[in-house]
Amino acid sequence: MQFATTTSPHVHLGNSVGRVMRRVVYALLPGLLALVWIFGPGVLVQAAIAVSTALAAEALMLTLRGKPLGRFLGDCSALVTALLLAIALPPLAPWWITVLGTGFAIIIAKHLYGGLGYNPFNPAMIGYVVLLTSFPREMSSWAAPLTLHGSTPDLATTLALVFGERSAETLDAVTSATVLDLLRTQIGLGHSVTEVRSSPVFGLLGARGWEWVNLAFLAGGLWMCRQRTAAWQIPAGMLGALAVISTLFWLVDAARFAPPWFHLFSGAAIFGAFFIATDPVSASTTPRGRLIYGAGIGVLTWVIRSVGGFPDGVAFAVLLMNIAAPTIDQYTRPRVFGARA
Amino acid sequence: MSTPSVREILSNGLWHNNTGLVALLGLCPLLATSSSAINGFGLGMATVLVLLLTNTTISAIRQYVQSEVRIPVYIVVIASAVTAVELLIHALLPELHKVLGIFIPLIVTNCCVLGRAEAFASKQRPAIAALDGLATGLGFTLVLTTLGGLRELIGHGTLFANANIMFGEAGRALTLHVLEDYRGFLLAILPPGAFIGLGLLIAGKNLLDARARQRGAAVPVVQATHCAPSALPTP
Repeated sequence: MQFATTTSPHVHLGNSVGRVMRRVVYALLPGLLALVWIFGPGVLVQAAIAVSTALAAEALMLTLRGKPLGRFLGDCSALVTALLLAIALPPLAPWWITVLGTGFAIIIAKHLYGGLGYNPFNPAMIGYVVLLTSFPREMSSWAAPLTLHGSTPDLATTLALVFGERSAETLDAVTSATVLDLLRTQIGLGHSVTEVRSSPVFGLLGARGWEWVNLAFLAGGLWMCRQRTAAWQIPAGMLGALAVISTLFWLVDAARFAPPWFHLFSGAAIFGAFFIATDPVSASTTPRGRLIYGAGIGVLTWVIRSVGGFPDGVAFAVLLMNIAAPTIDQYTRPRVFGARA
Repeated sequence: MSTPSVREILSNGLWHNNTGLVALLGLCPLLATSSSAINGFGLGMATVLVLLLTNTTISAIRQYVQSEVRIPVYIVVIASAVTAVELLIHALLPELHKVLGIFIPLIVTNCCVLGRAEAFASKQRPAIAALDGLATGLGFTLVLTTLGGLRELIGHGTLFANANIMFGEAGRALTLHVLEDYRGFLLAILPPGAFIGLGLLIAGKNLLDARARQRGAAVPVVQATHCAPSALPTP
């Protein structure tokens, strides 16, 4: 909304929801390209399904709620939710998984709470968590990375797997356990981290292949922070806390706990820190609050990964800190200029 | 308090002042035992029995209970009724007893039972109070069964599965496999499914009421207050 300016010569930055959301899409591009390079075109297929579902669901809810279609569809917020969810999903997930998750995210997690700006939880992560808790089998078969497998599934194979019958053999041929999965099961079996790390799925920093994807997301995320589309405090707090707590435990017992660079460069840590946790609606809004909020996500992610029941914990950590965000804001409100502390 | 008409009592208990959808009392058993239609129906029926017993008894002794000690007296009556109902279910429907477990004795803490005793039974004749107990209990059963059916249908693709635990072997025929080869949607069975489902049911009721109001029907706007004694916690 453009308010009429009065008295002082205010300069409007020209920011709008649409402009911010479009910047997020641009910042996602390097990561998307890296995902396509390493895992094949699956993510693009998922993105197409998710975006069309999201726009349809958004249009349906806007019509039901009697809101103008053009203005709210044009702000790209549903597009961003759909893209974030599509990136979080396994590239070869069956189509109905994506449709269900996106529909849930837009209809229940966004519009039933009052639409853009009122949702207490990150819609994309609600959709992801709903799918993860309901369909653990479909959600845990990730495509094998290029660097491990030598090739990625081509478009025809991808489409056949996403839309067609999924036999266990064809699926096993193109998927592999992610490093976080492997680490969890192997440590459960009594192996040490060093033993597990000799497995070929591990790369230099984190998971083989994943490190490139994460570096691309890091680049996009840093650009977004520079543009001030995302608050730098949240990723700084999250990655900082994740690095600190994983370093501490790694120094204490390197056989049981993975090293910090592994935590930072595998799974959804970087993607989550820059693109998920920074959702301006559900995150904390004060400068100090954002640091605390980010740090909370970092610590919870480490805790869930290391001692929790799921291989990765970014989605759960973000949702848990979403609950805490209003309280954090309450206690970290900056002093009004001129007011007594 | 004037004596409400039979029609009023029934419409309040079943719809306008429904325990589950309007007063939001007894949410703990409502959310915990509504994972299938039969579980919900079983607990609902147990609650109907308890409400009938307590409302009638409390109404019958209303002249002899000093108002200073009425709450402990009501609680003793309610606890005895619940114990009797629990033993009855244990004896007659051991399978149902096994499934519902702790939630049968926990009917004692269902605020609606004490709420009806305090707000209604202590001021009305036994026959009227009994009818109110029946209507309130059936309203609760309605919500429990609907929510249970909804969660079971979405979660497992069946309706009235395990009906034999309530109706004996003949009940097996009741089970409907609505969706064949359904892979299941676990979320509906898990606790979040209960909250989301209840929220949707409440929204659905409000929508129906709003439509009725538009048509010009006299639909009271929420009148939850006279069911819950405000000083009591609502588990």
